[in-house]
Amino acid sequence: MLSDLLRWGGKRPGQPDAPGPGEAAAPRGGEPVVPSKAFPKFLAAIATQPAPPLLLDFGPVIGPNVSFFGEQLGCKLFIEDLFADYDRHARGGTLEALPATIASRFRHAEASVDGVLCWDFFDFLQKPAAQALAKEIVRMVRPGGAVMGFFCTSSVPSAPFTKYEIVDDKSLRHRPHAGIGGARQALQNRDIIKMFDGLVVSDSFLLKNNTREILLKRRS
Amino acid sequence: MWKRDEPGKPSTPAGPGAGSQPASTPLAAEAAPTSKMVNEPQRGQERTAVNIGKSVVIKGELNGSEDLTVEGQVEGKIELRQSVLTIGPNGRIKAQVFAKSVIILGEVTGNVTASEKVDIRDNGSVDGDITSPRVAIAEGAHFRGSIDMQKGSVKSETKSEKTTDKSAASSTTTASTAPAAASSPATAGANR
Repeated sequence: MLSDLLRWGGKRPGQPDAPGPGEAAAPRGGEPVVPSKAFPKFLAAIATQPAPPLLLDFGPVIGPNVSFFGEQLGCKLFIEDLFADYDRHARGGTLEALPATIASRFRHAEASVDGVLCWDFFDFLQKPAAQALAKEIVRMVRPGGAVMGFFCTSSVPSAPFTKYEIVDDKSLRHRPHAGIGGARQALQNRDIIKMFDGLVVSDSFLLKNNTREILLKRRS
Repeated sequence: MWKRDEPGKPSTPAGPGAGSQPASTPLAAEAAPTSKMVNEPQRGQERTAVNIGKSVVIKGELNGSEDLTVEGQVEGKIELRQSVLTIGPNGRIKAQVFAKSVIILGEVTGNVTASEKVDIRDNGSVDGDITSPRVAIAEGAHFRGSIDMQKGSVKSETKSEKTTDKSAASSTTTASTAPAAASSPATAGANR
């Protein structure tokens, strides 16, 4: 028996390899792990805030993300899940009411938020809804605070939502979202700058997958 | 051969799956008609887990220092500051919760504060705010609210809670103990 184990190298046939230290970043069942250039800069901006940070996450709740922010930043995290709001309106055929929902949704005080994770939510918004959301973000972000958003470069008539799971401080796992999805609008850079009047584009990266990662900051 | 009876071993099931049994402990048996219960451990008694069966409905305040599994319904407030609270798959809580650790497999509407960890398991659901240094949320769990993982936030919240308790010392009726967030999920979202 012992000789068998030694011959197999201590591993039985068919037994999977033990996960190595770098294996967490490996793709999992067709869910690609994509390096992010803006995310480390977002984290760095948040970490410089003097008090424990307050973050808004516009995506759905993802356990590893919650654990990551708890361990790395010890922050207060608000899961806003705007994708669920969009989904509800889209299924009910009331997407034209989305700007009003967004405008009345947030109860955070002016200049009280340190960081906003928009992910790619703006891609799915029509102009009025995008402007309403940007206005709210500008209102809530405090000096020194940061906003991270992903923007597509070409419009698509129908696309599914994506969940962004944080693998580490430099990469995100792109996972399918159960939501209805919708048309993706490609916003021009100048439109983004105009929309977020009051914030400045601190960093902008064009990834190989044609996603623009944009980091906006409010000057301290 | 090596097995022998352990006289001090608790007979009450502790696991979340144990909730399918009807309430058998004195606490659970008396739970339904009371609005406030204080469960003091007896001297020399081992740390045991108490189970609130799925047919039990409690409206009011639950205090104690034993681990507790809830498979029934609780409305009001649960305070187990030194113990583990498990909301079983059948558990339905509309309450403010304070515990050392909280494991959620059922539904919670209201704010949850834990000094160690909050663990929302698969199919578990929380509509409310969580305050705990460690939070784990499983795939398939539902959560709507905020998560406060700031170091020391639990202590400061406990202090403010005690102050509030003093000012409203006799407020143990269902209406007064029910948290604002627990009254409706929509309110919980709007309050954020």
